[in-house]
Amino acid sequence: MTATRILTFIPHAVGHSTLGLMRLVGRVTLFTFSALSHLLRPPFYFREFSHALLFIGYFSLPVVGLTALFTGAALALQIYSGGARFNAETVVPSIVAIGMVRELGPVIGGLMVAGRVAASIAAEIGTMKVTEQIDALVTLSTNPMKYLTVPRILAATIAMPILAGIGDILGIMGGYLVGITRLGFNSAAYLENTRDFLEAADVISGLWKAAAFGFIVALMGCYHGMNSGRGAQGVGRATTNAVVSASILILAANYVLTEVFFSA
Amino acid sequence: MTRAMIELEGVEKAFGANAVLRGVNLSVGRGESMVIIGGSGTGKSVLIKCILGLVKPDAGTIRVDGADATKGDRDAFLARFGMLFQGGALFDSMTVWQNVAFRLLRGAQKRPKDEAREIAIEKLRRVGLKSAVADLYPAELSGGMQKRVGLARAIAADPEIIFFDEPTTGLDPIMSGVINELIREIVGEMGATAMTITHDMSSVRAIADHVAMLHDGVIQWTGPVEEMDASGDPYLEQFIQGRAEGPIEAVR
Ligand SMILES: Nc1ncnc2c1ncn2[C@@H]1O[C@H](COP(=O)(O)OP(=O)(O)O)[C@@H](O)[C@H]1O
Ligand SMILES: [Mg+2]
Repeated sequence: MTATRILTFIPHAVGHSTLGLMRLVGRVTLFTFSALSHLLRPPFYFREFSHALLFIGYFSLPVVGLTALFTGAALALQIYSGGARFNAETVVPSIVAIGMVRELGPVIGGLMVAGRVAASIAAEIGTMKVTEQIDALVTLSTNPMKYLTVPRILAATIAMPILAGIGDILGIMGGYLVGITRLGFNSAAYLENTRDFLEAADVISGLWKAAAFGFIVALMGCYHGMNSGRGAQGVGRATTNAVVSASILILAANYVLTEVFFSA
Repeated sequence: MTRAMIELEGVEKAFGANAVLRGVNLSVGRGESMVIIGGSGTGKSVLIKCILGLVKPDAGTIRVDGADATKGDRDAFLARFGMLFQGGALFDSMTVWQNVAFRLLRGAQKRPKDEAREIAIEKLRRVGLKSAVADLYPAELSGGMQKRVGLARAIAADPEIIFFDEPTTGLDPIMSGVINELIREIVGEMGATAMTITHDMSSVRAIADHVAMLHDGVIQWTGPVEEMDASGDPYLEQFIQGRAEGPIEAVR
């Protein structure tokens, strides 16, 4: 490549991908508004909603619970060794609790659910799209936004805070188990320390985050599924894109929401 | 004959650089059985999807029963149609009878579950499927059986206008005969207007009142089925006789 070609190539490539990104943001925004407007208008498909709730909520419990448990346990060890540098080992219970509840419970839970749920929603809806099942829904007078998207988004937004709440408890339990077995904490003192420093606002801010992450996960799964390309390859790409975009959006939203709660 | 049920005028549709429909004009009379023939990939399925509003045409007008198909109440519009998709398009999360009774289980035509199931089983019987099939999932059926379930779903709510996209492709000759007869019956008894896409010339002769041949994005020939063999149209003759040589190139 000559120098001039490189010089024109770079701005061209940057401009191209910027435009592509803007177009994507526009489309996702329109999709979101469309989903929200369908949420508010009947009919509401209760059966689809309860299936989604079962799949997204109940069947994600083991994944979210186990990751939270191990994260809490590791966090206790890290904070203990970090705290030891300025003789502050006693902060372990409160920092584990605050860290889990405000940050790691919702974020790690959200990312795990993104891997599990965004992928499967995108694969299912994408397959329905390439096998003309979405077209068939339309010809049977059923709006795919109402029938497929709304129940999943609602279910994920409701299920995710519950999952995060359970994750919070298991994460604190992980820290507690490590604390009393490995770090020499007294069981009663550990629990008291956790209780004394944890505020309701910490828990609530984390649960709000989780609700936002649940919304993001289902939205990305549905969006990429509905816009899946043709054939098996199209569905594969939709699935990958759903997981990647849900994960990135969760981390970005986490920062924004943390700023909001931080200044509040 | 009264005014046409379906009228297409100058319908065009392109996917990117691929101009599939380039000005389709076609008229289907009320209660008539129209059969669309044409090579694979010529846009027959796209044409039907344009009428149903699943694909938005780039140009042209589509009228159904005298009214512009793109305007007015979508639900009321779609409630008049039944559609058999080329690949069946059965919902694989539901059992066979729930697929067939889909329209009867929700929305404006909703009725009690038992009644919907009974109607579904009756429609399955009409397409030659036993009631034991009703509680299976689509993935447990052979391709030909899936096709017939799709057909049962298309006729479940007794629509006025029915589209069949390759109803006999992938079926054995006997079952093809059954389906051809069934389509004939539906048009006869129910007085429905039917539009069938097929490659199978024996189906054409069994089903059609009128035939239209789509080639190169336009209707190359259309007329009553009796006039098909003496049309003098080289494209149509090549297609009917299934010759490799002729104006239609075999490599597309
Ligand atoms: N959704 C779509 N996006 C892009 N191209 C399409 C789409 N649907 C159909 N096509 C193209 O339109 C052409 C006609 O397709 P189709 O109507 O399915 O043919 P057939 O006459 O065999 O039914 C094909 O070249 C196909 O690739
Ligand atoms: Mg086709």
